[in-house]
Amino acid sequence: MPSMSSRQIDVSIEHKHADPERRDGAGHPNTCPSCGSHYRDDELAEHLRVCPQCGYHFPVRAPDRIGQLADAGTFDEEDGELRSADPLDFFDLKPYKERLAEAEVGTGLGDAILTGRVAIDGHPCRIAAMDFSFMGGSMGSVVGERFARACERAAEDHGVVVSVSASGGARMQEGILALMQLPKTVAAVEELHESGGALFSVLAHPTTGGVTASFASLGDVILAEPGALTSFAGPRVVAQTTREKLPDDFGLAESNLRFGHVDAVVPRAELRPTLAQLLRLFGAGS
Amino acid sequence: MSQDAELGLRDRLARLSGVKLLRGTKLSAELERLERQLERLREDTTDEEIWRSVELARDKNRPYTLDYVERILDDWFELHGDRGRMDDGAIVAGLGSLAGRTVALVGHQKGRDLKENVARNFGMAYPEGYRKATRTMQLADRHGFPLVTLVDTPGAYPGILAEQHGQGGAIARSQALMLRLGIPTVAVVIGEGGSGGAIAIAVADRVLMQENAIYSVISPEGCASILWRDASQAPKAASAFKPDAAHCLELGVIDGIVPEPEGGAQLDHDGAAALLREVLVAHLDELADFPADELRRRRRAKFRSMGVLAHV
Repeated sequence: MPSMSSRQIDVSIEHKHADPERRDGAGHPNTCPSCGSHYRDDELAEHLRVCPQCGYHFPVRAPDRIGQLADAGTFDEEDGELRSADPLDFFDLKPYKERLAEAEVGTGLGDAILTGRVAIDGHPCRIAAMDFSFMGGSMGSVVGERFARACERAAEDHGVVVSVSASGGARMQEGILALMQLPKTVAAVEELHESGGALFSVLAHPTTGGVTASFASLGDVILAEPGALTSFAGPRVVAQTTREKLPDDFGLAESNLRFGHVDAVVPRAELRPTLAQLLRLFGAGS
Repeated sequence: MSQDAELGLRDRLARLSGVKLLRGTKLSAELERLERQLERLREDTTDEEIWRSVELARDKNRPYTLDYVERILDDWFELHGDRGRMDDGAIVAGLGSLAGRTVALVGHQKGRDLKENVARNFGMAYPEGYRKATRTMQLADRHGFPLVTLVDTPGAYPGILAEQHGQGGAIARSQALMLRLGIPTVAVVIGEGGSGGAIAIAVADRVLMQENAIYSVISPEGCASILWRDASQAPKAASAFKPDAAHCLELGVIDGIVPEPEGGAQLDHDGAAALLREVLVAHLDELADFPADELRRRRRAKFRSMGVLAHV
C-alpha cells in the first residue's frame, strides 16, 4: 500500500483533535460555542446543559446523563469494580497506566462507561452511559465488558438496555483487544435480542469509530441528539481521503436521519419522555 | 514474555500441531518453523521483526484473495452486487468447491496497479461491500455451505458516500450476522487486518493469521499521528500495539497461525496457497461435526470473552 492510503483509514479517536473550535473550544466550558452566551453551572444544569438561547447541546458527563434520564434515586451502579489492565504494556508519550490513572482522577470514573440498573418513568431497565471525558470515551476491554454485562443482566429478565454513547472509537492503547470489543458487544446485543430484550441506542456527540461500527448501530430504536456527530470515520480523515469539501452537515445527526441511519433526532429535553414512551411500547417491566 | 503467556502459547502450539495437517510428513517442516517462531517469541519479538511483518503484509506481490481463489477452489462462481445499490470491487464473494465440499468465500480484494486499484479501491470496502458479504453469508447459511473469509484491507473506506450509505451500521450488522450463522466459519487474515473493515468479516469459529499478516485496531501511521503527533513514528507505534501474528495468538485473538513459504507468501503464491488450503480443509473438517447451535454458542462465547480486565 502506498503510505498515503494507509493513513486514510484511521478512524479511532482522531476527531478528538479535530475541529477544536466546534465543540471543545478554547473558550470557557460554560460559554456556548454556537452563540457565545455564558452560563453559570446551575443555569446550564437546570436546562439539561442545552443553551437556552440557541439550543446548542453541551456535552454531558455520564453521571449527569443518568441523572437526567433516570427516576431520582433509582440508579444502582453495577460492575463498578472493573478496571482496565494494560495487556500490551503500552507506552506512547506516556504509559497507558498513567493515562488511566489521570483519567480516573480527572473524571472520578473507573472507565469511559457507567452502567447499572435504573428506572425511567417507573420502568425498570439497564442503562449504559458513556463519558467522553474519560480518554475520549474510547472503548477498551472495560467498556466492552460493562456494556456486555448490562446486556446479559437485562437479557435475564427480557428487559431493555438504554445506551448513551459518546466515543471516539476503539482505545488504541489496548491494541487488537480494543478491536475485539466490537464483536464482543455485538455478541451481547445478539444475546439480548434473542432473550426478547431490546436495545435503545442514544447517540450523543460524538459517536464515531468502533462504537458506531458495533453496538450503537444495533439498537432496536436509534435516537440521536441534535447536532451530534455520529459517523464511522471522522471528518478530518474523510477530508484527507477524499480531498473534497465535506458537506456542512457531514456525519451530523440530522443528516443521518435524512440518510436513514437513525429513527429520530431528539432534543435533550425530550429524551426522557421519548425513552419512557418506548419503554411503554416495548412493554418493559410489565 | 511472562511464564503464563509462554505456557499459553505452548498450549496453543500443541493444539495447532494437533491439527491433522501438521502431523503429516509433508508439513513437519512447517511445525518446526512454528516452533522456531515460539523460540523467537520467548526472546520477545523485536521491533524490527514487527515492522518487517507490517511491510510484508502490505507487499504488492503478496497473494490477494483472487490469487488464492484460483489456486484453492475448484468450480469457482463469483457473485456480484449487494442486491441494492452496486457491486463493490473491494469485496469478492462467490461459491466454489474445496476438497469436494461447496463453500462460500468472501474476501477483500486489493489491486496491484492503478487501474486495478481504482476498481478495487485499494481493498477498502463501502457499506455495499459489506452488504454483498452479508447476503453471501445468508445464502451460505440457507444452503449449509461452510464460509471462508479472507481478510486483507487497510480499513473500511472513509468517504462521504460511505458515511451516507451507513458504513458503521453495515460493519456492525455484518458482525451480528456472523454471530448468528449456523454454518462452520473460518476467517484468515492474509495481509492487512485493518480495524473495523477487517472485523466486519472476521467473526468466525476459527480466526487464523498467516505468518506475516498483521491485525490491528488502527494502522501504525494513524496511531503514530495521533499519539506521537507524527506519522513517521509508525514503526514505534507498531512495536507498541504489536499487530503481528505471534502477538495476536498470545493475546488469544486468533486461533492459529498459517505458515507461509520461507521468506514470505509474496515469493511463492503456489506454496502459500497449498499451505492455506491444507489448514482450511483441516479446520472445516473439524468443524463439520458440530450442530449449528453448538457452533453459534461457542463462537459467541469466544468473542464474548475477549479482553483483559483488572479489578479494584
